[in-house]
Amino acid sequence: MPFIPHTEADIAAMLESIGAPKLDALFDEIPPDLACGGLAGVPEGLSEMAVTRLAHGRAARDGFYSCFLGAGAYEHHIPAAVWQIVTRGEFYSAYTPYQAEASQGTLQLLYEFQTMMASLTGLDVSNASLYDGASALAEAVLMAVRASKAGARRVLMPATVHPRYRAVVEATVKSQGIELVCVPYDPASGVIDLEALEALAGTPAAALVIPQPNFFGALEPVDMLTDWAHAHGMLAIAVTNPLSLALLKAPGQWGGGNAGRSSLTPSPSPEGRGELRAPLRGGEVVGADICVGDGQPLGVPLSSGGPYFGFMTSRQSLVRQMPGRIVGRTVDLDGKPGFALTLQAREQHIRRSKATSNICTNQGLLVTAATIHMSLLGPEGLRQVALASHANTRALLDKLLSVAGVEQVFKGPFFHEAVIRVNSPVPDVLRALRAQSILGGLDLGRDYPELAGCILICATETKIEADLEQYRQQLDRILSRRREAPPCAYK
Amino acid sequence: MLIFEHAHPGRRAHAQAPHNLAEASDLPAELLRQSKPLLPETSELDVVRHYTRLSQKNFSIDTQFYPLGSCTMKYNPRACNTLAMLPQFLSRHPLADADTGQGFLASMHELQEMLRDVTGMAAVSMAPMAGAHGEFAGVAMIRAYHDARGDTARREIICPDAAHGTNPATASMCGYTVREIPTDRQGNVDLAALKAAVGPQTAGLMLTNPSTLGVFEPAIVAIQKVVHDAGGLSYYDGANLNAILGRVRPGDMGFDVIHMNLHKTFSTPHGGGGPGAGPVGVSERLKPFLPIPYVIEERGDYRWAEEGDCPRSIGRLSAFGGNMGVLLRAWVYARMLGRQGMHRVAEFAALNANYLAAELKRAGFDLAFPERRASHEFIVTLKKLKDATGISAMDFAKRLLDYGFHAPTTYFPMLVPECLLIEPTETESKETLDAFVAAMVKVRDEAQLEPELVKLAPHSLPVRRLDDVKAARELDLVWKPPL
Repeated sequence: MPFIPHTEADIAAMLESIGAPKLDALFDEIPPDLACGGLAGVPEGLSEMAVTRLAHGRAARDGFYSCFLGAGAYEHHIPAAVWQIVTRGEFYSAYTPYQAEASQGTLQLLYEFQTMMASLTGLDVSNASLYDGASALAEAVLMAVRASKAGARRVLMPATVHPRYRAVVEATVKSQGIELVCVPYDPASGVIDLEALEALAGTPAAALVIPQPNFFGALEPVDMLTDWAHAHGMLAIAVTNPLSLALLKAPGQWGGGNAGRSSLTPSPSPEGRGELRAPLRGGEVVGADICVGDGQPLGVPLSSGGPYFGFMTSRQSLVRQMPGRIVGRTVDLDGKPGFALTLQAREQHIRRSKATSNICTNQGLLVTAATIHMSLLGPEGLRQVALASHANTRALLDKLLSVAGVEQVFKGPFFHEAVIRVNSPVPDVLRALRAQSILGGLDLGRDYPELAGCILICATETKIEADLEQYRQQLDRILSRRREAPPCAYK
Repeated sequence: MLIFEHAHPGRRAHAQAPHNLAEASDLPAELLRQSKPLLPETSELDVVRHYTRLSQKNFSIDTQFYPLGSCTMKYNPRACNTLAMLPQFLSRHPLADADTGQGFLASMHELQEMLRDVTGMAAVSMAPMAGAHGEFAGVAMIRAYHDARGDTARREIICPDAAHGTNPATASMCGYTVREIPTDRQGNVDLAALKAAVGPQTAGLMLTNPSTLGVFEPAIVAIQKVVHDAGGLSYYDGANLNAILGRVRPGDMGFDVIHMNLHKTFSTPHGGGGPGAGPVGVSERLKPFLPIPYVIEERGDYRWAEEGDCPRSIGRLSAFGGNMGVLLRAWVYARMLGRQGMHRVAEFAALNANYLAAELKRAGFDLAFPERRASHEFIVTLKKLKDATGISAMDFAKRLLDYGFHAPTTYFPMLVPECLLIEPTETESKETLDAFVAAMVKVRDEAQLEPELVKLAPHSLPVRRLDDVKAARELDLVWKPPL
């Protein structure tokens, strides 16, 4: 009996203690006509050896690809130590740390994690994680609406936010009567269309969502956007890639003061990008108010999409509106420092229908990985990974632009993703690349019909020159073959 | 000591950063970070030693008996972890086309179908990432169903007072008001109160069965029928699916929707607070509203369902479809158990719970529902001990830690005073249960003879009892370096 230690003698002795004649008697309070019978849909059990063989076979069938796909999930090197420690039974098989004295390992680690995330994002406080980046954004939207002094139930959601994130926010908040107003992007620069945003100035809203880098990899004029949101009585919700923050300005520093003032001049590059005429109140409020994102780039493998983890940091003044577990440092009876879950009066197990969220289980083990990962890389290591990813994407973009039939779509600075347009149908191009074991990027036409023909590409620090060159050569071959061999209908 | 306090400026784990140093001179200066983030500057050995030592300050299933009621802390087979972490599975990008992941998707489809079979539902989606997330999906589907029929006056979800806090919190998140109904003396839903509560305003009922009191609702079919007759839908909270696996199925009881906690019944790890997985199963009439994605099989090929496949879906709950690595672990577990193993889960969870209850009763402890059969868990009430000695359930729980046992769940459900909710699970041996009984007796004796010893427990853990009030009043959530 897999994982059941009982001997026949144990079973007999235990039934005797209970006073039950047989195991079936333990279910005598269940109406007998409900008995379900055989479970025909479940196969016979397998030994560990047999299931190992099966799983290895399936994994081998899927194989490996050279990955230039990003779009919210990124291939990064993960130090060997990370998952060796994460899968220690003491972390892996522990429960939520309700019994603080028996969970100081997990609790201290969460406190360290909160410290790292608060610092990385430049904000005051952090929770101990949410499910993923998309659900974290949904929670941030709900939090902003709860915090809205004007009681506004509307949030401005730019089209440059990940389409899947927008879909998750929609699915999560729609039954609470919250309206999401789409803000279009500027087709030249791939960032929020400032004129369209300015036109929404009179629309009362609880928050403006600001992605950085945005879904296209482009860098938004975050100082200007943050000041604009604050000037119109909105909170600024940052959605970021945490790795990028080793390099890019922390959301807690966006806008305000001198930085805010200087950013009110239009960005130097693209035409068509208007100037925001925010009624500046001196840029007195510095920084985004809430920052969320997906922690996957911090030591979490791609794993077909999960488990990842969502993070959330905010200003101190919003901490009681935060969803999810929060760990605090306190002292024990001897005055010795220790850690415990705190502010539990926000949570469902205390507040029930009045809780800030229904969330209970979070993504603790992934946070364990991220904390160890950030510790191993340190501030300089994380910055180098961010820089190398940026440099590789720039190098890849340059290479691909040298191929006939490829052009760049957006002008302006980007982090580690960029958009190209190819002169052949994207699904065919990507399929041909897959045949060469290359995942060439994301077909943007599916979520943005006007970007049919465009591919979102990404090259992280894991790529070397030969990988980039292989992509270039294969793309060149695929596009030139299509040029030389037109569809047979024309022959 | 915190990891930050091990740090020295300039120290690094040099093996862990790329060698080709890059610059970002092409990025505008005003977009760049101006100050170094507070991340530790330490060596690799510093980090490994620090976190290995931290791990040793945890209780876990791998090191202790963990009878935490309603949490199902059973052995997490190591093979599940090893096989879910095969490099091809780990390196697969979530947006890679289905033709690059047929092996993975075949396993997901098998799991989906096995979950459908053990719950008796018409269809399953594994998109939700935790139990509460599954609850959200379930109630959102109930709402979508009523809305699609124009039946928008149904604004109320009924929850028994014994329900997990996630049930009423979920109903609120879906824009519903919550009506609580009481529990009768035998621990069952008060059927008369339920009948009085339902009406044209009833959107649905959320019911945990076996309940959080550790007993099966004998009138489950009648309860479900009261709600259906009033035009509401019935939600089966599968938090305690462990207790009925392979015996009875919520679908056969007539329920419209169920969520399962794979980190409970299917033994995926709790990880110090997650990740979980909360698949939902639905009846025929809720099928069009299932969250995406779920796996579609067409002539032996597998792919994830997308928006176009199910236009009436409640939508997406995560960016990339769910906690796939957790689902893979559950798949390995389910394949190892197989059909017979599924039946044994409930049998031996019930055997261990009823044996432990019988032995504790014999040792003089008060069961909350002594006349009832325990399901997979049961409640001991320490009210008499508290009245006699002043020792609370919390004190008692803390002292058990000193004996190397994780405490049972305390003060939940709130209906029973000074309660310990005890769930041994099927993977524990008789010897472990006997040792736990002995520790319970020992602590009770101490409570009577040396109450201070229990009141001030624990004594042998890394810290003594912590000041929760200070933690909440003088918030210290983030470490600040000394000036």
